[in-house]
Amino acid sequence: MEDTEADASQGHHPTPREYVNIAIMLAILTALEVSTYFVDFGRIAIPLLIILMTIKFIMVASFFMHLKFDSKLFGRMLYGGLILALGLYAVTLIILFFERAPSA
Amino acid sequence: MSTSSETKPLRPAQETGLLSWLGTTDHKRIGVMYFFTTLVFFALGGAESGLLRAQLAQAEQNLLTEEIYNQVFTMHGITMVFLVIMPLSAAFFNYLIPLMIGARDVAFPRLNAFSYWVYLFGGIFLYSSFLLGGAPNGSWVGYAPLASDSVSNMGFYAIGLQILGISSLAAAVNFIVTILNMRAPGMTFMRMPVFVWMALVTNFLLLFAIPVIAVALFMLQFDTLFGAQFFQPGSGGDPILYQHLFWLFGHPEVYIMILPAMGIVSEILPVASKKPLFGYAAVVFAGAAIGFIGFGVWAHHMFTSAIGPVARSAFALSTMFIAVPTGIKIFNWVFTMWGGKLKFTTPMLFSIGFVSMFTIGGLSGVTHAIVPHNAQQHDTYYVVAHFHYVLFGGALFGLIAGIYFWFPKVTGKMMSEKLGKLHFWTWLLGFNLTFGPMHMSGLLGQPRRTAVLPGELGSTVELYNLLSTAGVVVLTGSALVFLYNLLHSIKRGEESGLDPWDARTLEWLTASPPKHHNFDKIPTVTHRDEFWHRKYAEDESGMPISVPAGASEDHDGEDDPDEHIHMPDNSLWPFIMCIAFLPFGYGLVFLNPWLFGLGVLWMVVGYFGWIVEPLAEGDDDDVPDDVHDRPTVGATTH
Amino acid sequence: MAADVQATTLGLDHRKLAMWTFLGSEFLFFGAFVSAYLLYITTTAGGPGVEIFDIPFTSISSFVLLMSSLTMVLAHNAHAHGDLRRMRLWILATAGQGAVFLGGQVYEFTTFYNEGLNMTQSPFASSFFVLTGFHGLHVFVGILMLLSLYALSLTGKVKANQDVKTEMIGLYWHFVDIIWVVIFTVVYLIPEIAVL
Ligand code: HEM
Ligand SMILES: [Cu+2]
Repeated sequence: MEDTEADASQGHHPTPREYVNIAIMLAILTALEVSTYFVDFGRIAIPLLIILMTIKFIMVASFFMHLKFDSKLFGRMLYGGLILALGLYAVTLIILFFERAPSA
Repeated sequence: MSTSSETKPLRPAQETGLLSWLGTTDHKRIGVMYFFTTLVFFALGGAESGLLRAQLAQAEQNLLTEEIYNQVFTMHGITMVFLVIMPLSAAFFNYLIPLMIGARDVAFPRLNAFSYWVYLFGGIFLYSSFLLGGAPNGSWVGYAPLASDSVSNMGFYAIGLQILGISSLAAAVNFIVTILNMRAPGMTFMRMPVFVWMALVTNFLLLFAIPVIAVALFMLQFDTLFGAQFFQPGSGGDPILYQHLFWLFGHPEVYIMILPAMGIVSEILPVASKKPLFGYAAVVFAGAAIGFIGFGVWAHHMFTSAIGPVARSAFALSTMFIAVPTGIKIFNWVFTMWGGKLKFTTPMLFSIGFVSMFTIGGLSGVTHAIVPHNAQQHDTYYVVAHFHYVLFGGALFGLIAGIYFWFPKVTGKMMSEKLGKLHFWTWLLGFNLTFGPMHMSGLLGQPRRTAVLPGELGSTVELYNLLSTAGVVVLTGSALVFLYNLLHSIKRGEESGLDPWDARTLEWLTASPPKHHNFDKIPTVTHRDEFWHRKYAEDESGMPISVPAGASEDHDGEDDPDEHIHMPDNSLWPFIMCIAFLPFGYGLVFLNPWLFGLGVLWMVVGYFGWIVEPLAEGDDDDVPDDVHDRPTVGATTH
Repeated sequence: MAADVQATTLGLDHRKLAMWTFLGSEFLFFGAFVSAYLLYITTTAGGPGVEIFDIPFTSISSFVLLMSSLTMVLAHNAHAHGDLRRMRLWILATAGQGAVFLGGQVYEFTTFYNEGLNMTQSPFASSFFVLTGFHGLHVFVGILMLLSLYALSLTGKVKANQDVKTEMIGLYWHFVDIIWVVIFTVVYLIPEIAVL
């Protein structure tokens, strides 16, 4: 956290047209996601779904929520919480699935 | 309320009387309300502990039934953690943060009032359980599936803590925004008082830990009240999941309780030693590190539960590691005192008490981290000794030091030093007498959370227990001395003047008690320990020499106030809205849809009342010429 | 945009900073529910499991929610240009799509119930219903906020130059949408492929 981080509001916000374009891309990505249910993608299905989800996530956050144009601190708050949650719950699930005490 | 909108002021504007308190949005008043409420709950929690110790004074006693004993120890734990230590810290946050960073209030004054009222009604809700079919009796950790069995009365626990969590979460957001965004000009991060730093870390911990326990409590509540299967082994549910979720919150929680006290002590020691804090950056960094690592050690509470050897080793390591930043702080406090001109005032004594007692508790904590040891100690009185040394000897000693230290700020009077010292020495004696022997009796095998002290443990354990009970008697007397001193000094204490301790930080720059708007002129900060630097310069050898009065901008030279200081108006809506938590909570516990619906409706009405209320406090800031009057902005420059 | 930048230390609006702070913490909330769901994904106690999901149906309601983010951002865009009339139109559209999504969820829950899946049946069922239910509650709260924004802009309480208010509610709304992006993949699609 630098101190007087006054990099807020760097003017340029997308235009409505750009918002619509982003929404169209999101729609296409969603269609691709849903297609994994109808078409057998084999072993790449799950990695593909995770990548698509991540892209959608970042797109909504960056453009609709203006993270790309707003103060960096906001992004740190959001992704900080996300990373903390991912880390803690990943360890918890690993313990719950694989690191049980051997039952006596 | 609606009637007041017809008269001239847009919002209630009483300055005295009951309504002025119900509707206050002043951070100082809210802080004072937090403080007195915690005193009441402390008395209740203390009375409960008296009952517990009376029961355990001798082996095989039956003063209390086991049922009652379980309720009493559960409520004791919940009270001390959620209704005393946390809100007492919040009292200090409220009162001090804006003053210390040179602001006129917190970022969201009404939300701040909301936090207080939620806390109060949450506490009342929890305590009403005694009259409504029995208090929770499944321990403050509420382990399922025992806790989801209806005999445990844990509905009140699940919902009561949820309500208190809302209070903490709202306060956390509020304080984080306040600290990040409302510092006086020149108050950079590395010039902030350590207390403000610790408050920032604590509130981040709250921010990220509260949602986790919220989920654990929701699951517990759904299991308990609606028959969900989260933790029911019968259908494949996993009780260990509850333990993980609880301690994912629970360990950060222990730092939530200790960091504010650490911040307080870090303010008092330099003042009473007439030296700057030794290694400011290290103390701050260690505090942040504790906060961060504090999220990565939770499973040390589950060493004897279902976690495997790799996990045990990993968590043992991370737990021992967290003792490092803790140790750094202890060294810094000691070196702050080293070579200083120590003044053994009451706050100083309590601070030294904090450092020494907390160190003992920290050391026994490290012994828990050694897994084979832990297997011997877990669920014995040794653990009880540990957490009382860190919570009572640590957090509470630190908070009491803060009470003595800032009493003159809040009231303009001094507390009696004589009674203060009597309080300290009896408190120290009573505390060690109560909890010291528990180390021994625990190691000799006395189990925790057991209503009857088994006679077979032998006469040594019985003796230790008798000593513990005697300690409670000493503590009770000591607490009465404190209470008398407090109430008497409020009425008849000596005038303190503006700067009784020769203090270092901004809150002493203004009047005592501070005016409603805190500062006539928002100070511009050029140093860490700004107030000190306005009073003293250094000669060539680095010795402080006082600046002649008037040569520097000084505290009573506060003329020429900023024009147009608009302070946030009072509002009754936070109070009105929070009443809704009672019908809401009872509706859930007793599965009464009418009460529940009433609570929800009430809340929605309160919400609308809140948002349509005229925002005379200047929240309509987007009106251009209002911008510069924004009162809640400490950094206003003109 | 100069209007909403106060003389604050960081030059950021209090309310936006507060909203972002709060949203960061919400990951810890939903993350715990998702973890429980993943833990119990096959713990069905003999009852129905993930095969009960109707992916085409859920895809459509997910799509509706995703598109409500578009109308939301257009509402903010209109407000930022001082066009309250357009802003109200988009706000209603957003709330409407939210309501469609909620309706879909109610329909889904009832169908599952009729097919023999209810919350008390198994850890799987509990974790599914409670996770998606809490998401639904978030959508519901969002709709409530949108409607109050709509109403207040009519009464003049929300003024043309106060687009921060729309922006704040928008942030919340997009966030709830993001959470659903994750739920749709992790709760519905992947299990459907991996478990079956
Ligand atoms: C040096 C740092 C610390 C270490 C290494 C440590 C370690 C531990 C361990 C391993 C346990 C589990 C004991 C067991 O149940 O078997 C424990 C319990 C506990 N600790 Fe600490 N601790 C430390 C500091 C603190 C602090 C600062 C607090 C609070 C202010 C605290 C409060 C507690 C509480 C309340 C429990 C008991 C939880 C229960 O009800 O089971 N600890 N500690
Ligand atoms: Cu711990």
